[in-house]
Amino acid sequence: MVLELQKPRPIWAIMFSTHHTDIGLLYLIMSITFFFLGGALALGIRAELFLPGSQVISDSMTFNRMFTVHGTTLIFLFLLPFASAVGNYFVPIMIRYKDMAYPKLNAVAFWMIPPAGALIWLGFADFTWYATPPYSSIRAPGPAADMWIFGLKILGVSSVLGAINFIVTILKCKHPDLPLSKVPLLAWSFLTSSLIVLVAIPSFAAALVMLLTDRLGVTGFFDPARGGDPIAYQHLFWFTFHPEVYVLVIPAIGMMYEIIPRFSRKPIFSHSSGVFAFVLLSAVSFSSWAHHMYATGMSFTEKTVFMVGTLAAAPASAMHVFNFLATMWGGRLKFTTPMMWSVGGIALFFSAGAGGVANSAMPFDFITHDSYWVVGHFHLFVMGTIAFGSIAYFYYMFPYVTGRMYNEAMGKVHFIMSFVGTVMVFFTQHVLGLYGMPRRVFDYIPLPEYVVMNQIASVGAMIIGASMALWLFNMIYSASKGKEANMDDPWGLGGKYYWPHQAKNPHH
Amino acid sequence: MVVSGHSNWPEWIYVGVVIALLAYVGAEAWNVERIVEHAPAEAEVIKVIGQQWFWTFERADGTKEVGELHVKKGHPYKFEITAKDVNHAFNIHDYVILQDAIVGRTNAAWFAPDKAGEYTIQCREYCGLLHYNMRATLYVEE
Repeated sequence: MVLELQKPRPIWAIMFSTHHTDIGLLYLIMSITFFFLGGALALGIRAELFLPGSQVISDSMTFNRMFTVHGTTLIFLFLLPFASAVGNYFVPIMIRYKDMAYPKLNAVAFWMIPPAGALIWLGFADFTWYATPPYSSIRAPGPAADMWIFGLKILGVSSVLGAINFIVTILKCKHPDLPLSKVPLLAWSFLTSSLIVLVAIPSFAAALVMLLTDRLGVTGFFDPARGGDPIAYQHLFWFTFHPEVYVLVIPAIGMMYEIIPRFSRKPIFSHSSGVFAFVLLSAVSFSSWAHHMYATGMSFTEKTVFMVGTLAAAPASAMHVFNFLATMWGGRLKFTTPMMWSVGGIALFFSAGAGGVANSAMPFDFITHDSYWVVGHFHLFVMGTIAFGSIAYFYYMFPYVTGRMYNEAMGKVHFIMSFVGTVMVFFTQHVLGLYGMPRRVFDYIPLPEYVVMNQIASVGAMIIGASMALWLFNMIYSASKGKEANMDDPWGLGGKYYWPHQAKNPHH
Repeated sequence: MVVSGHSNWPEWIYVGVVIALLAYVGAEAWNVERIVEHAPAEAEVIKVIGQQWFWTFERADGTKEVGELHVKKGHPYKFEITAKDVNHAFNIHDYVILQDAIVGRTNAAWFAPDKAGEYTIQCREYCGLLHYNMRATLYVEE
């Protein structure tokens, strides 16, 4: 049992520790810090778009820098490290080992992230999170762009180190009595997502170096004026970052697999189908990268291949949704805060997936591509599914980490406000896209449809912002002054549903 | 596959239904795209050039228009789209025209406007400082 906040230690004892729970705690605090920083930028963006014309931001360059850093921060400095926090905390416990396989490497992988975050924030680049050349190689202002490139390079190395650690821990350090097929689905999610990281990241790592040398003027890989090909960058980029979507979503689904059965007071409907869907999802994640590139002038055959590859990802995702619903079916459900966040996340996951299937159809993509539809679509994944699953798990692990209980009423209000806000922002953005509003714009034509939709979205964003402020208060207050959690059964479910507490995990 | 001691057949039926739906979406999309991709032979070619932050339209006879494009209703046009400095995307949303304008490449799209009026042409790929304002007007005339 780990009661970090009930056994006060000097801060450096946690910072220089290599124990997996300490590193998990560091990941947790850092990722949530960046969540609030990136979220603040989102509120700035939504405030600016409340009305056409310039509102709170004086010039478009600042706006462009804001959405670039918003995206980069929330993907690389919130979602990924949050998953690592949960993985570090719980994977060794679930596979019954004393620590991660390489504790020092684990600490190194964590400590690479804050400097990378500092580079991204101090640089404040403007070329969007996917930094396409030739803009990024010949026009984007330095040193911001170069700092972004170095920051991403460091984050990539950190991801690879973390992935190696998870794979070795799960495959080589699990208890001999525990067959791989019986490993909990949360640990399976880290195994599959780490395998994707190892295969996917090198392609973008290469592209980043090529982009940097292009910027320095020594090469022209992506510069048509020097015989290069800007489309090559897009292939290298999406070969990493389409699978990366699954790297983010698979651990979030794994977290829901921990929560749903406990609060349904029923075993998971099918453990093996969950494992199968994870493995299938990680394989098909590599079959769809160029569906981001239909409009670059791809041939009909290429588009068809990537459309089929994209559709192939749907059955595996649908199997997860089925598994969740079948687990809840006939269960004695208890809608505590973690359960509400998980069920809300599944509903939004389904919506996001349905939008994705529609979007993969070639003719429809030419309506939605690079419009606000896409913004709404992927935010339903990153916010609606992944952040919802992550916040659900945050509430679920709260008593385990702090030994105290969060305020349940505040947690529920947090969920309801966030869910309403998320629907208001991102469903509306789908409609905005159908009206033809391009993404990444500082200003828009004052059509009445655009104005109304943007205002609904901005109000929704402010509701989410307010709910997150409530979360911050709940976290800080409950961690220090909350009432003691009943560690055998924090939610009064009756029975041993909160199993991590029963697991014996010796400190080294 | 059965671990929890119950039958899995509802899941297989469900997966079958999902796959059938996906196959329908895919086949329909394939069919529509196959039909809309080919420009008619008699279409008039208009060269579209994107650069930071305006559009230039050039016809076969050498006449040029900047920031506006005049076309005739009911007449087919084929756009040959390229860019001069960085990537842009040529978009007439009302006629579902969207193709990236890429330096060193020419992408094609075609349309035959069927309604007279003014339409917005915009850039839909981030291209820097004034990307949000990179617009032109399409005039469809009788």
